[in-house]
Amino acid sequence: MSVVALLFTLVLLGLFSYWLGRKRSYAVVNGDAWKLHSLPSYHGFYAAIWCGIPALLVAALWLFFEDTIITNLVIAGLPDDVRNLEPARLNLVVNDIRNLVYGNITSRDVDPAMQAAADHYLHLQLVSKAALTVLALVLAIAGALIALRSIHQDKRARNSVELVVKIFLVASSTIAIFTTIGIVFSVLFEAIRFFETVPVTSFLFGLEWSPQMAIREDQVGSSGAFGAIPLFAGTLLISFIAMLVAVPIGLMSAIYLAEYASKQVRAVAKPLLEILAGIPTVVYGFFAALTVAPFIRDSGGLIGLDVSSESALAAGLVMGIMIIPFVSSLSDDVINAVPQAMRDGSEGLGATRSETIKRVIIPAALPGIVGGILLAVSRAIGETMIVVMAAGLSANLTANPLQAVTTVTVQIVTLLVGDQEFDSPKTLAAFALGLLLFVVTLILNIIALHVVRKYREQYE
Amino acid sequence: MADTPKYVTDIVRAGLDARYRREARFRRMGLAAIIMGLIFLSMLFISIIGNGYSAFWQTYIQIEVHLDASAIDPDGTRDPQVIEAADYGGLVKQSLRDMFPDVTERREKRTLYGIVSSGARYDLEDFVTANPDQIGNTIQLWVQADDDVDMLVKGHFDRDKDQSERRIKDNQIAWIDKLEAEGRLESRFNKVFFTAGDSREPELAGIWGAVSGSFFTLIVTLSLAFPMGVATAVYLEEFAPQNRWTDLIEVNINNLAAVPSIVFGLLGLAVFINFMGMPRSAPLVGGLVLTLMTLPTIIIASRAALKSVPPSIREAALGVGASKMQMVFHHVLPLAMPGMLTGTIIGMAQALGESAPLLMIGMVAFIVDSPGSVMDPSTVLPVQIYLWADSPERAFVERTSAAIMVLLAFLITMNALAVLLRKKFERRW
Repeated sequence: MSVVALLFTLVLLGLFSYWLGRKRSYAVVNGDAWKLHSLPSYHGFYAAIWCGIPALLVAALWLFFEDTIITNLVIAGLPDDVRNLEPARLNLVVNDIRNLVYGNITSRDVDPAMQAAADHYLHLQLVSKAALTVLALVLAIAGALIALRSIHQDKRARNSVELVVKIFLVASSTIAIFTTIGIVFSVLFEAIRFFETVPVTSFLFGLEWSPQMAIREDQVGSSGAFGAIPLFAGTLLISFIAMLVAVPIGLMSAIYLAEYASKQVRAVAKPLLEILAGIPTVVYGFFAALTVAPFIRDSGGLIGLDVSSESALAAGLVMGIMIIPFVSSLSDDVINAVPQAMRDGSEGLGATRSETIKRVIIPAALPGIVGGILLAVSRAIGETMIVVMAAGLSANLTANPLQAVTTVTVQIVTLLVGDQEFDSPKTLAAFALGLLLFVVTLILNIIALHVVRKYREQYE
Repeated sequence: MADTPKYVTDIVRAGLDARYRREARFRRMGLAAIIMGLIFLSMLFISIIGNGYSAFWQTYIQIEVHLDASAIDPDGTRDPQVIEAADYGGLVKQSLRDMFPDVTERREKRTLYGIVSSGARYDLEDFVTANPDQIGNTIQLWVQADDDVDMLVKGHFDRDKDQSERRIKDNQIAWIDKLEAEGRLESRFNKVFFTAGDSREPELAGIWGAVSGSFFTLIVTLSLAFPMGVATAVYLEEFAPQNRWTDLIEVNINNLAAVPSIVFGLLGLAVFINFMGMPRSAPLVGGLVLTLMTLPTIIIASRAALKSVPPSIREAALGVGASKMQMVFHHVLPLAMPGMLTGTIIGMAQALGESAPLLMIGMVAFIVDSPGSVMDPSTVLPVQIYLWADSPERAFVERTSAAIMVLLAFLITMNALAVLLRKKFERRW
């Protein structure tokens, strides 16, 4: 039975045992449901849980380990001369066998030993699927039977069902922690392996970035230098330009919307600005590369400036546009959180609206605004698609926004997209950059969230 | 005695004009900021739509093909296998040679063949397979023009330039003009764009493969992220005790919401692909990564929805003897569901537009077939846009913009749905 069919059967069995459990609970009290400790549906759920969950757990574990076990069994059955190959070559052989099994193209001619191994593999797969089907179905039926037999008048079915639900709730809530742990470990381990070949100091403080490793000794221009300073500089330059665009526009539009705009203007302008937040970054990237970058290059050419077609200015400008709604909605929140009494007080003393805003509201809202800007900076640093599409690949160490620079995220993408060996310093460097990116954005986020929260408490 | 004002009001009045001017200036600055934002928005839309709307039409050329029986089915068996194996590319070329008999030189012939799409042979094959009785006759068949011809017809190439500066040659232009004069050139709705997978030839490339990849990815994301997000929100809001552990979970959720999406891609690459050995480029892995990415959004929205349900509902349920679990699942959850669904739809819209983490897990491969399940290699709509944006052909610029329009249409629909849902079910307690 295929996995899908098995799942489907298990679901059907579960539904059936729900029905049986309900029916049986009525039967044990001769139809007087009020005599039961738990409602009949809980007895149904109880039976369904006993039917489904053990079988599903076993099936999941089985499928997870199936491939490894079969592969090892097949390797054990290979002729000695193949088995004693070094791991990398053995891996190739195993891949070929798999390709043969799934009817793909193999990288070499099929010899009888491999054909035999492939047949063996297929056979083992069949056996494994059959065994899994039998085991899962037996478990499901046995579980349902045990649960059904245990139903009686005082059975505390509700408590058991609620316990299972609660376990699911608690387990779900830990996903967030596991995700964080997963991120930390996945980047940390590879980064540590990277730092074994490239020292941390030369990574963090090196001035040259050229991740191409020389394949031959005498190759020119592929020194394999991993100094990340040009990447940091490029990232900061682009983020800075983005902030120059986003902060004034975002902040001023938030102030206007919160303090000046009539209800109608607000009802139209606010959602329109928020559309900017909903546009996928790949669209911004395309816009930057197709429209903004050529425009900046051509208008720079008109006044005699030599602008690169992948200038930092284009990427930063478009990234700024992307972040406008982010800044404006966060500032809008904090400005609205400033108590009305402060406005009234200021205006009662004869200040104009703008004086109230500049001297009372902004100082009062400043922590919140700063927190929002920090969040926006963290977003700008981590933004990927715009810079991948509109910024360059060459790691120039420059502060000139008209030149092409590259960023941390661009390098992560270029180093990891496409097929390459997983343990070359080049790919590992991407994880080191990822670690750095994670740590920097994490620090920014923690500070920002802390500031925002402190600020909120102040006025609540 | 004008130098020493008598009353404070005089001082105030003296500065009043300047203050009012500053006030007006400040106000104008605010308005200008909003207008700037709106200008950016409209520039974005104008640029995309202006570049992309023409992709919904495609130029077709009518060719006159003699279905030579000796070339297609020499023995007259009408056996589908024989018909399938015939050289249709040759027939298309022959028909072009017949239509332009004055083209004799080898190089010129090759440019002549270039005006119809390389997919024309498949159109012809389909036609013959469907109508085997036409073998031996001469038929008129509409086939797709090459992308460069299409671009010329749509006016994206400058005819006045020297031919070395454009992708289409002078003699090709002459042939096309002749075809147009004969009524053999037609602009039709570009069905291929919506039904085909990716292709290196712009006129054969479509978004269907990417759309179905996006669909499978989102199905995985939705079926994992929604139950887990709601469960987490319910636990944290209704059951969790206030202690360090729940604080830790909350801090984690808030931080994950702000982690750059590309980091989730690194996680997917290291954990799901390298450690667990899941297949590269599969919607399953993409869906898992996007689940982790959208969970914080859904959790935060669901918690807000649960918070907005007044405590009186809970107390009433408990008062009539419901267990805590019954109170949550029978009373609180149904009332909070619209808010949760709204959050989920917004999270799904985010996931639909996301591409950076999917680049990491290999969903950037060139894949022609559309996927049939969550395990097949595929790509998604935003990544398809990214791939096409990299292609140099002018026709791909048009198709990229059109694909963006499709993507935006999906996103706008989803967000509109969320707004409607909120409007319809929003309750003020």
